[in-house]
Amino acid sequence: MTAIELAGVSRWFGNVVAVNDVTMTIGPGVTGLLGPNGAGKTTLLSMMSGFLPPSSGTVTLDGAPVWRHPEAYRRIGLVPEAEAMYDGMTAWDFVYANAQLHLLPDPGAATKRALESVDMMGPRDRVVGTFSKGMKQRVKMATALVHQPDVLLLDEPFNGMDPRQRLHLLDLLQELGAAGTVVLFSSHILEEVEDVAGTIEVVVAGRQAASGDFRSIRRLMTERPHQYTISSSDNRSLAAAIISDGSADAVTITPSSLEVQASDFGRFVHALPRLALASKISLDEVTPADESLESVFSYLVSR
Amino acid sequence: MNIVVMRLTARSLLGNRRSWVLVALAALMWIVAGLTRWGSGASPSATAGLMTNFALGTLIPVMCLLIGTGVIAQEIEDGSIVYLLAKPLPRRVIALSKLAVGLGAALVFTVASVVIGTMISGDQDWRISIALGTSTALASLVYTAVFFAISILSRNPVIVGLIYALLWEGVLAGYIPGVKMVSVRQWALAPAEDLLAAHPAWNVVSDVGLVAAYVLLAITFVAAVYAAIQRLKTLSVRVSE
Repeated sequence: MTAIELAGVSRWFGNVVAVNDVTMTIGPGVTGLLGPNGAGKTTLLSMMSGFLPPSSGTVTLDGAPVWRHPEAYRRIGLVPEAEAMYDGMTAWDFVYANAQLHLLPDPGAATKRALESVDMMGPRDRVVGTFSKGMKQRVKMATALVHQPDVLLLDEPFNGMDPRQRLHLLDLLQELGAAGTVVLFSSHILEEVEDVAGTIEVVVAGRQAASGDFRSIRRLMTERPHQYTISSSDNRSLAAAIISDGSADAVTITPSSLEVQASDFGRFVHALPRLALASKISLDEVTPADESLESVFSYLVSR
Repeated sequence: MNIVVMRLTARSLLGNRRSWVLVALAALMWIVAGLTRWGSGASPSATAGLMTNFALGTLIPVMCLLIGTGVIAQEIEDGSIVYLLAKPLPRRVIALSKLAVGLGAALVFTVASVVIGTMISGDQDWRISIALGTSTALASLVYTAVFFAISILSRNPVIVGLIYALLWEGVLAGYIPGVKMVSVRQWALAPAEDLLAAHPAWNVVSDVGLVAAYVLLAITFVAAVYAAIQRLKTLSVRVSE
């Protein structure tokens, strides 16, 4: 199983510690590296892509370091954020040159496949300098995919894309992840990560704040009460039953539903159906109110 | 050497305004040569003076600066070098491929400028063309390698290069004894002095002995190439802004 491993990795620039003792394994599938600007995502990506050595700790791809080992790029595809490309070349020529630099046996076929996967075969004979930002982004993707890498690293890949292009890229990343490619992309935009990442690594101020799918991350935070929205056949009676049972911290009655805060998530979840049954109340809807990544992230950042 | 890297480099070096500036500089050389001929009556002595001072002191270093930085500095600055570095190619191969294109372009532009300029200004049996053409070729190789290395080692290669080219080589190395010993221009003039030994009146002299000159040129060239390769191996390209 292909994996990028970071073991006790720190990176400092003079007095500034950009990454602080991070240990993580990025395996097959889509992983989102999420964090606010300045969190250290760029530094982490630079280290994983072999363009920056760690100050301490190790960064390896299947046990071998990437830093100062250009051979590793046979297996790594990199989509940099930098806008500049070889603007005077056509899309086809640029991707073809990348295919040749990867020493591929059939650069023409690889180029065609790569451009098709990002839906850029139409404008392939246009000069890159005339492209919109979204089109340039897709050409960058093509250069990163032309050699069919095991690992794909992307930095803020959805920047500048219109909704249609974005959906196309989401599908592409999901396909690659499902096929076993290690896909890691960084973002500070929560909706992007929510849509496509199976695993999320949250980085805040150089430290790893959380790791897992966003629901399990939420579960880890037992200090913060879970919130539920419940609608039933008799909200008031149910509210009374919940309060006297003691498994919730607070219950709020709104015109249409019941808002429940429960710090002991396990106990409440078991108690609720029992209480409803005992009071002969039918539960129409039980919805966790704040499972979105937005609330997870805000909570982690403020922690 | 990698032919794709060379092709990409040649394309970006020559495919834009820069090649026009190089042609303009060559044309400037020829115009000045024409004026020299007109003013001196096609005197070889005046030609020699023009080539040793203006050409080797100013024009050639500036051309080599444009070329030596032109093969790599812009790509490092705007980050597009990542497309070359994130490939299973040894950094040494990338560096040497780019440098080879630079050296080739430098030789063509500088030697053509000087040889044609010499013909325009006034020569005697091709003697000055051959002598100063040789000096130009040697100086160009070393200048280009040095500016190439500066492009990778420094964040402001053009400024550093200009200070070196115009101030050190252009002015100081013409007058100050100590500086003359550490000057590519002076080293490159040694073979010309040797070739024109029969014409002392033309005043083509170098402050450095012939053997010492060749050795110093070689050492400088190798050191520049080595430094460039080593630095490229550890170049940190920011993956994002």
